[in-house]
Amino acid sequence: MINIVFFAQLREQLKCDQLKLDIPTPCKVSDVQQAIVNENPQWAQYLTDRALMCAVNQDMVQSDTMVNAGSEVAFFPPVTGG
Amino acid sequence: MPDTAHQEYDLLSVQNEDFDVAYEYAQLRENNSQDGAIVFFSGLVRDFNQGNDVTGLFLEHYPAMTEKALEKIIVQAKERWPINRVRLIHRVGQLYLSDQIVFVGVSSSHREAAFEACHFIMDYLKKQAPFWKKETTKKGDWWVESLEKDQKALDKWQKDE
Repeated sequence: MINIVFFAQLREQLKCDQLKLDIPTPCKVSDVQQAIVNENPQWAQYLTDRALMCAVNQDMVQSDTMVNAGSEVAFFPPVTGG
Repeated sequence: MPDTAHQEYDLLSVQNEDFDVAYEYAQLRENNSQDGAIVFFSGLVRDFNQGNDVTGLFLEHYPAMTEKALEKIIVQAKERWPINRVRLIHRVGQLYLSDQIVFVGVSSSHREAAFEACHFIMDYLKKQAPFWKKETTKKGDWWVESLEKDQKALDKWQKDE
C-alpha cells in the first residue's frame, strides 16, 4: 500500500487531497502515476502534466525513482514560495 | 569560538506568525565577535504580479516536507561557503499587501560568503521548497505560476560548481 498526497492547484483540479493505492512494489514513480490514472481516468489531463513535481517520503525525486511499500508519494505543481 | 555557539543561534521556522527583522538581526550578531558580515533578505507581498491587482495571497505548503527541504538547502550552503549562522523563516497561511513572507539571514567572517550564501538559499528555496502561492486579486483568485527566470537563477549556481 502506498499513500498518495496532492497539493495546491493539482489538489483543487482533482478535488482530492489524498488516497491509498494498492499496487505491487517496488515500482517506479511513473508506475504509481499510471496506476492512479487507470483508477481515475478523469484525472489523466492533470496527472500527465509534464511540469508536475514529485516527492517520495518528502524528498524531491524524478519519475524513474523506485517506490517501496508504505511510502508517501506526493504530486504537486512547480513550487512558488519565497 | 566553537561551532555550538553558532548553532544555538541558527533558526529554521515555518510559521503563520509575523517575524521581527530587528530581533533576527540581533540574533545573528549577539555573542559573535568572529563574524564581520551579516547579510539578510526579506521578501514581501507586493501589489502586482503577472498583470493583475493583487490584494493578498494564501501560502500553502507540504507540512511533512517543508522543513526537511529547507534544512537540505541550508546544509548545502554551509558546505559551500564558510558561513556561521543561518536564520530562515517562511510564513504560510493568509497574507496581505506589504506583509513579510520570508527572511533569510546569514553571518560570516567575510562579506562575500554571506552575500552569496544568502542569495543561494533564496534561489534554491524558490525552486525546491514545497510552497505554493495563491493570489487574491480584484478579478478572482489564482495560483501563481512558476517562472523560468527562477530556474535560470538556479542554473547559474550549478554552473559555478
